[in-house]
Amino acid sequence: MSKFRSNGKREMPELNTSSLPDLIFTVLFFFMMVTSMRDVTVNLEIKTPVGGSEIEKLERKSLVSHIYIGPPSKDYRATLGSAPRIQLNEFFATPDAVRDFVHAERESMFEKDKPFMKMSLKIDQNVHMGIVTDVKQELRKAKAQNVVYSATKDDKRK
Amino acid sequence: MGKGKRKVPGLNQSSTADISFILLIFFLVTTSMDTDSGLPRRLPDWNPDEIEQEVKVKERNVMTVQVNKFNEIHVKNGVINRSIDISELKEIAKYFIANPDNNPDLPAFEDYEIEGYGVVQTTVKHVIALQTDRDTNYDVYFQVQHELTKAYSELRDEWAQKTFGKKYAQCDEKTEQPVVRGYYSNKISESEPRQYGTAQ
Repeated sequence: MSKFRSNGKREMPELNTSSLPDLIFTVLFFFMMVTSMRDVTVNLEIKTPVGGSEIEKLERKSLVSHIYIGPPSKDYRATLGSAPRIQLNEFFATPDAVRDFVHAERESMFEKDKPFMKMSLKIDQNVHMGIVTDVKQELRKAKAQNVVYSATKDDKRK
Repeated sequence: MGKGKRKVPGLNQSSTADISFILLIFFLVTTSMDTDSGLPRRLPDWNPDEIEQEVKVKERNVMTVQVNKFNEIHVKNGVINRSIDISELKEIAKYFIANPDNNPDLPAFEDYEIEGYGVVQTTVKHVIALQTDRDTNYDVYFQVQHELTKAYSELRDEWAQKTFGKKYAQCDEKTEQPVVRGYYSNKISESEPRQYGTAQ
């Protein structure tokens, strides 16, 4: 009868935390892999169009260069006005500068990746086509013909 | 002199977790996992000698989609010539591309050899010309592109279903998808913006 009776207070065994650092390290490495530190601050207000089923995810970020077109953000309105601007890297630019930008971007890529270069056009919804067409013409001249019209995907839309 | 073996004290590792926590939080904060998405397109080659030279195509093979500065969409092909709402565009485009009734005013069926499949009858010479004005809104342009792309992918799905018994996305990437893409290949041409819609 007394076989199963506990004899007095029983002590709670301490939790073994020796593997905790390993665990955290694993999570840490995951985040280190997926992190792509944003190298450009975009000084434009861009709200990309919303698409449905045809929107594809961009793979291989190293192949992608970005061109931003949109009205300047609030801090720049006073000096630049609200007419749409083009931003390449950190700087505001004119359509003529696109070609040099493409060449510079292409030079920074691995030789084998060069034919697969993609230009992601992040363009605000309310921009007029004039400036977009100018940029597209320059891209054609620079032989950067793979473009992606950046957009957000709405899963609910058919 | 020494008392033989000396014991090395174990390194205190209790703070490793804290250190890695700090690193973890740093990366958590700086991570932007936003995957870029969009509508892929290939721009035509730039050939300065050919800018003015319009490629000769038969009238029945052309569908023009004009978006004017008031963002109105006007479609013109062999059977339709009017302003439309964006919701109609997909069906009109599908009917134009596939020409299911073999209408003599819509694109002609021609023999076309698909590599790795054989000769098929398809409307290979059709062209959808997308024209915009400099003042056209980009969003409208994008939605038109989106609808046209959707028309193509629905037709591809239908044809893949008929031929391979499965949807385009489920087809084999190396062998079957190029065949489907060859049957309904994307023929959206974007010409330079024109000044129209103002003086009519």
